[in-house]
Amino acid sequence: MTNPSKRPMRIGVLALQGAFIEHMDRLHSLKADAIELRCAADLSAPLDGLVLPGGESSVQMKLLRELGMYDGLKAFIDSGKPVLGTCAGLILLASSVEGQSALGFGTMPVTVRRNAYGRQLGSFHTCAPFQGVGDVPMTFIRAPYVTEVGSDVEVLSKVDGNIVAVKYGNQYGLSFHPELDEGTWVYKLVFNL
Amino acid sequence: MTSKSERYELNKNLAQMLKGGVIMDVTTPEQAVIAQEAGACAVMALERIPADIRAAGGVSRMSDPKMIKGIQKAVTIPVMAKCRIGHFVEAQILEAIEIDYIDESEVLSPADDVYHINKWDFKVPFVCGSRDLGEALRRINEGASMIRTKGEPGTGDVVQAVRHMRMMNAEIRRLVSMREDELFEAAKVLQVPFELVKYVHENGKLPVVNFAAGGVATPADAALMMQLGAEGVFVGSGIFKSGNPQKRANAIVKAVTNYKDASLIAQLSEDLGEAMVGINENEISLLMAERGK
Repeated sequence: MTNPSKRPMRIGVLALQGAFIEHMDRLHSLKADAIELRCAADLSAPLDGLVLPGGESSVQMKLLRELGMYDGLKAFIDSGKPVLGTCAGLILLASSVEGQSALGFGTMPVTVRRNAYGRQLGSFHTCAPFQGVGDVPMTFIRAPYVTEVGSDVEVLSKVDGNIVAVKYGNQYGLSFHPELDEGTWVYKLVFNL
Repeated sequence: MTSKSERYELNKNLAQMLKGGVIMDVTTPEQAVIAQEAGACAVMALERIPADIRAAGGVSRMSDPKMIKGIQKAVTIPVMAKCRIGHFVEAQILEAIEIDYIDESEVLSPADDVYHINKWDFKVPFVCGSRDLGEALRRINEGASMIRTKGEPGTGDVVQAVRHMRMMNAEIRRLVSMREDELFEAAKVLQVPFELVKYVHENGKLPVVNFAAGGVATPADAALMMQLGAEGVFVGSGIFKSGNPQKRANAIVKAVTNYKDASLIAQLSEDLGEAMVGINENEISLLMAERGK
């Protein structure tokens, strides 16, 4: 993404529940104009990118709908601008969730399994290759993974044979939490910061 | 194999995911489903909510594992449960049923009047209550990966939660303002290791997530605690002891997300029905916050 106007990129971070401050801090460190999205009025400013953070996907989805933010955010994602979904954010992007009706925007043709590693005792940290980036630290917290991908979905990373990062158009979905580990590679990759 | 320090980081990370959310006390799978549908980010499974524990008196213990497992089956969000202060076998039982978070809680009768659980011995995370910075850092030193105010559970009176949150934040600001050579004395006075004092001095916050708990009964109470610096809210008796639990739970969740939006909180506060019957702190004989220091 080129940014000819030279103004900082304005990245909206969904701030309804979960680990959104971690994303805000990383974006600020890269001199992006990160703004919290808490209600429909926050969507009136034009955005260059969107972050859907980790947290509880069921809570975030319910609040998105009830606070009147769903349509505006879906239109933004459909516009093709860059979107990063981490953990719960990946679940919100997925077109299908195993064992239940899709929770969120459904803009990415993948099937996810929620809590795929079980309860908190199954949470783990590892280092694994990420396409085009190399080895990156990965923190999985009661994480989902992707069990099926549609055509045109690029698989960016696998851990133990399970798909943990996907790309579809300008949408990136990650099972893990790059915002919890050192480094800003993910924002450089997704938003070209 | 995950090392102890890596496991501790993962446990602090789970608390980070709960931020900006409401954790609700539930006593049945049906209540757990209501809580999840209302937008709870986690539920606390217990046999009796604090208001009923207070009314019943007697010794209050960890809940029946079968009842907790029923709640784990009913919802997809994290499930927490309480063990008694110092009762490491109750904690071992909760770990064996793969609870997501253990609350070593003053709401139950303490099993040990001197020692808290050595939480480093466990893989599952612990949340502990505290009234001030010293208590919070002592619990963190013992391995707690999340802190909450004690407040005064089961009263519907928010005054103690407010007092504890203000105390904690005032003490944090005081540490931040100190010269580095004054931190050694501060560590001595707070009865905590120097390293933790130094962390607070440098970062202006606890090294773990800090929630409000104890006496939150209305959307306004929840927003008050958030504006005072809580990163999320526990609501115990306040929901299922009220006239319309579903509506009140919904309203508290939204008030926590938009805690500065007074016009929204005004709307949310309309027609909530009867709030839980409150007891003022000076009308009660048992101060749970005095348990485990």
